[in-house]
Amino acid sequence: MSADKFSNPVVRWIDHRLPIFSFMDHELNEYPTPKNLNYFWNFGSLAGISLVIMIATGIVLAMSYTPHVDYAFESVERIMRDVNHGWLIRYIHMNGASFFFIVVFIHIFRGLYYGSYKAPRELLWILGVLILLLMMATAFMGYVLPWGQMSFWGATVITNLFSAIPFIGDSIVTLLWGGFSVDNPTLNRFFALHYLMPFLIVGVVILHLVALHRFGSNNPIGIDVSGPQDTVPFHPYYTIKDFFGLSIFLSLFAAAIFFFPNFMGHPDNYIPANPMQTPAHIVPEWYFLPFYAILRAVPDKLGGVLAMFGAIAVLFVLPWLDRSPIRSGNFRPLFKIFFWVFVVDCVALGYLGGMPAEGIYVVLSRVATAWYFLHFLVILPLLSVIETPKPLPQSLSKSVLGGAAMAGAASAVKEKVR
Amino acid sequence: MAKTQTLEKGETESHVGRRDFIVVATYAMAGIGAAAVAWPLIDQMNPAADTLALASIDVDISKIEVGQAITVKWRGKPVFIRHRTEDEITSAQSVDMGDLKDPQTDDERVTNPQFLVMVGVCTHLGCVPLGQKTGDIKGEYNGWFCPCHGSHYDSSGRIRKGPAPLNLEVPPYQFASNAVIKIG
Repeated sequence: MSADKFSNPVVRWIDHRLPIFSFMDHELNEYPTPKNLNYFWNFGSLAGISLVIMIATGIVLAMSYTPHVDYAFESVERIMRDVNHGWLIRYIHMNGASFFFIVVFIHIFRGLYYGSYKAPRELLWILGVLILLLMMATAFMGYVLPWGQMSFWGATVITNLFSAIPFIGDSIVTLLWGGFSVDNPTLNRFFALHYLMPFLIVGVVILHLVALHRFGSNNPIGIDVSGPQDTVPFHPYYTIKDFFGLSIFLSLFAAAIFFFPNFMGHPDNYIPANPMQTPAHIVPEWYFLPFYAILRAVPDKLGGVLAMFGAIAVLFVLPWLDRSPIRSGNFRPLFKIFFWVFVVDCVALGYLGGMPAEGIYVVLSRVATAWYFLHFLVILPLLSVIETPKPLPQSLSKSVLGGAAMAGAASAVKEKVR
Repeated sequence: MAKTQTLEKGETESHVGRRDFIVVATYAMAGIGAAAVAWPLIDQMNPAADTLALASIDVDISKIEVGQAITVKWRGKPVFIRHRTEDEITSAQSVDMGDLKDPQTDDERVTNPQFLVMVGVCTHLGCVPLGQKTGDIKGEYNGWFCPCHGSHYDSSGRIRKGPAPLNLEVPPYQFASNAVIKIG
């Protein structure tokens, strides 16, 4: 990494004093990346780009938005009708939230399947869960800003979650509201926090990247990179792959924005907030539905809230629940089955969260909720003891170049496991 | 990253330019794409449709006595409407063009010489000049005087002395009737 790798004398002069070009070259250009990454590894960069899109459109929307109960709804309608390109910018922001969550959920499930949370990437994983939490808080507060019926009643229900806390719950809710109900002070602070939190996310994302680049990306077969023969430089191999994935992502994103911008929203949010009347059927945004289902599955106020937060909290300790030394699900026959059952369970929770809380839906929600926690707290720890993994390839490069090398590794792996 | 460039079969060094063309074309497309994305984000800062819809106003001038002036708000700025006295009209019309920094005859600045309509914003740095109310300082040329940096305007609103470069701006307006003017 000598400075003379840059031919431009101005770049050299700056880099000698402020090694920003060396840094970028090291982390974005020559950065050694496992050569076998599949398209599931696109979703990290897609999440980063989604964050940038959300911040860019959000700052612009804030220029025309008024955080006041009397003007918020109308200022959003003015953005839609009068502000130049306002409809486009708002639809990008609105659908961007959904696409951000789609990307992040795929990113998380990729990490779950390929064991990306395992040593030495535990902190990388924990920072990721923290980003998810911050995203959820940001998305929730953003949804309140248009001050429609769903905004208002979503804010009421979610802030009331905190009233489940024994003794101090009511005081906390009053503190969150800045009054005796969700009202103008609530809207004002939610706007301030909604503007702040994306930048906190940027901060945690930077830590996430620092942690990632410490050991480099995990890969589909989950074994460590053993040398330069197992890697390719990030640029151009993965820049071009990321750009290709990005073009697909942006095509789908554009299709949503231009052809069905309100598909993932709720029509009731185009009714101005009315503190005197709750809509007949209130549901959160789709990305909260699995957690909402867990909340409603528990027939106890505090219990439901704890279960809902627990569903995220359990992710923080995941690296210590799954003790199997094999990272990739490809080599774990039992884990692979339970992984897909878990995916189905999460999708089912999402579906149930959107259904009315009555009859069969309640029963199914309880089963699905129980399974969610069973998966993390019982199945994963158990699997790491009883499962016999398939033989791992000897090296990453051999797995890429052909099957012949796969044999012979079997005995070595069994040694490693025990 | 290795900088080796493999040449295709039959390709010689002198034809590497074709690849350069592809690279340049790719960057150019990316640049056009970036500009197309940036444009809506920048253009949203321009006046919105509802702001532009407020761009013209009707003003009843029948109640303004000779020698009086009113100030109305148009596009967020003060507009001075002065019902001028005979003296003011005569002095405005009799100025030698050579004395003016921004030469303009009084006729060019009015539709009806009795009513002078202009934007009350000093052309120096945007303050509102004094001279609308009785008792205001009207400056050395009996018109308007900007208190910020000392620009003197005459009874036709032309700059006569001080740092302002131009005469007070005359907005587009027309007489909708004898009593009403439409500004903008």
